Amino acid sequence: MTAPNVRHWARTVRWYLRELTGEAEYDRYCERHRRGHAGVPVPTRREYDVLRTRRREERPEGRCC
Amino acid sequence: MPTSAMPESGRTEPEKPRMSPKSLAIWITVALVGAIGWAVLALSRGEEISAVWLVVAALGSYAIAYRFYSRFIARRVLQVDDTRATPAERLEDGVDYHPTDKRVLFGHHFAAIAGAGPLVGPVLAAQMGYLPGTIWIIAGVIFAGAVQDMIVLFLSMRRDGKSLGQMARDEIGKVGGAAALIGVFAIMIILLAVLAMVVVNALAESAWGTFSVTMTIPIALFMGFYLRYLRPGRVVETSFIGVALLLLAILGGGCIQDSSLAEYFVWSPETLVFCLVGYGFVASVLPVWMLLAPRDYLSTFMKVGTIALMAVGVVIAAPNLRAESVTEFAHTGAGPVFAGSLFPFLFITIACGALSGFHALVSSGTTPKLIRKESQVRLIGYGSMLTESFVAVMALIAACVLEPGLFYAMNSPAALLGPTVDTAAEAVKNLGFTITPEQLTAAAKAVEEETLVGRSGGAPTLAVGMSEIFAGVFGGAGMKAFWYHFAIMFEALFILTTVDAGTRVGRFMLQDMLGNVWKPIGRVTWKPGIWITSALVVGAWGYFLYAGVTDPLGGIKQLFPLFGIANQLLAAVALAVTTTVLIKSGKLRWAWVTGIPLAWDVAVTFTAGWQKIFSDNPAIGFFALRDKYAAAIDKGELLPGATTMDDMHTIVLNNTVDGVIMAIFLLLVLTVLVNCAVVCVRAVRSPSPLPTTEAPYVESRIDDLPERSDDDLVGARR
Repeated sequence: MTAPNVRHWARTVRWYLRELTGEAEYDRYCERHRRGHAGVPVPTRREYDVLRTRRREERPEGRCC
Repeated sequence: MPTSAMPESGRTEPEKPRMSPKSLAIWITVALVGAIGWAVLALSRGEEISAVWLVVAALGSYAIAYRFYSRFIARRVLQVDDTRATPAERLEDGVDYHPTDKRVLFGHHFAAIAGAGPLVGPVLAAQMGYLPGTIWIIAGVIFAGAVQDMIVLFLSMRRDGKSLGQMARDEIGKVGGAAALIGVFAIMIILLAVLAMVVVNALAESAWGTFSVTMTIPIALFMGFYLRYLRPGRVVETSFIGVALLLLAILGGGCIQDSSLAEYFVWSPETLVFCLVGYGFVASVLPVWMLLAPRDYLSTFMKVGTIALMAVGVVIAAPNLRAESVTEFAHTGAGPVFAGSLFPFLFITIACGALSGFHALVSSGTTPKLIRKESQVRLIGYGSMLTESFVAVMALIAACVLEPGLFYAMNSPAALLGPTVDTAAEAVKNLGFTITPEQLTAAAKAVEEETLVGRSGGAPTLAVGMSEIFAGVFGGAGMKAFWYHFAIMFEALFILTTVDAGTRVGRFMLQDMLGNVWKPIGRVTWKPGIWITSALVVGAWGYFLYAGVTDPLGGIKQLFPLFGIANQLLAAVALAVTTTVLIKSGKLRWAWVTGIPLAWDVAVTFTAGWQKIFSDNPAIGFFALRDKYAAAIDKGELLPGATTMDDMHTIVLNNTVDGVIMAIFLLLVLTVLVNCAVVCVRAVRSPSPLPTTEAPYVESRIDDLPERSDDDLVGARR
């Protein structure tokens, strides 16, 4: 495998894991926020995470057997 | 007219792909390879065959089913329409609704549906040989399980992500809806109890296992605090740290086992029950970021990693199947692991992996709100379920590579096996298999357990099978103990995650139901309400768990059929709702797609339920067994399995409760079925189509090709 190839794979794996775990949600949120409310400061990662877990608190997701 | 939330985009009509000669050739080859796998399985008699043939038959069948049957369902039956905006697009809010990449959503959905279920059922079903189990897992998933998952997902997606219960209420009526709701709740309680029992049986009297599983709690707490305060939102990084700590905990368990600390981690089954119940309550009450969320990340990583490892292990090690293809227990129904004949009991023992009603709840929850394009229900609904089925096939392989004597020594009830390796070897001999006491001791020593005799529940058997396979590929015989405890740990991790999440979901359901009667308890922010409902849910499954663990006749043998029937009854509800909706939307001609699996599933579950209630055979019927023991109590006799008169009373009580619960399940599901039938007849007779709750058509503005180019990967910032 060549170096660019490895880098490509590493990037893909990283992208997949970030998407799967929801880590990438914050980036998306910021982008959306900038589009919707330009001028209002974007919440920090910490603030966003508090919001995110609170949502999760109210909407439990079932896990199957 | 409402419009899509997405910016407008130019659309070109997609060309209809035709099958080229090349792909035709490829598919003929796939079909042939699969057919060869099946031929080897079917024709070999008396000689050991390689597990690879099982894998080949499974993968070949899945590929054909996915390519042709799921496509037929998508195009003809559901008429998926990629020009129609999905709820993820129409209602996009970046939170609940968001068009998600199909590969990511596949992973999400798979992680939500797959757990310990497909690992446990096939192991127990190995009692009837590998062939019946394999046929049911593969045929069941293709024609029933994956169909159910995909169609429920589709219908929920067309209704903005409504839950199965809501769909039942909207499309069938109040009575059916209410019965479905109560049924779902009751079934979940049994499911949690049986899964928790698997953990108890796996950890009881094992210092290594107990230590490493206990350590998952501080590890999850650490991850929770790390994610919240040190590195907010860095989930991937935190998960890797968590997995590393988890592996250390497994290694640490080995050291604990050999040290003087071991005695502190050897817990009796009863102690473990109280720990689990306490844990379930705390996990349900604590904020999710502390315990539940990090545990879920850990469990997802372990799940994907271990399943991949297992697939590689099976293919490289290519172990031989030691079990017979069809054992005599398939005909006689007198097997020690679970009682009853092949029909219907094999089909309820293997639920997850072939057909699992619980998936209908997941498929009508979060996933439908995240689908980008309608046609992707094929990959996400059908494809995820095929993958879970493959996990079940691997579990079956792991159980069948064991020496049959060892299998029965591990999975028969303690009452049959007696207290020592000598009595166990004798009992196995009476069943028609051979294993010496020395072999039993050696097998336990290889995985560094006190004993393997009577370690029912499926998890220890799977772990021994996996350690056998893994040790052949990675690390040799010296690593067997590590792999055994690795397998125990990851199963316990899955189950505890399900118990956490399930208790929480159950609590919300209960709050919702009780809220109709008494308002304050329905408020999700009222602390005492949360505590009361959590305690009720935990208490409910805790009761069955305790009863199962202390059951003198072996709780798994008593409760596992109840669990299997419950799960399959839920599937009957889901399939009945989908069939009704198909008929209501004028697709009577395609109703067989869910109608046939429904008919089969109803035949299986109601036959099994009927036998469990009315059979005269005490080995099968709950009430027959109850009467037998009650009669003995009147005479003042002790029957096998009971050592005291208290045991006798416990047996009578447990069987009464189990029988009544069984009857309640059947009645609830019967209510739903009758209600569905009425609606179907009305729909067929009605000159104009009955109203459905499908969301109206909105044109999509997402161009699907290319799905996502590498340049605008969301994660890859530069």
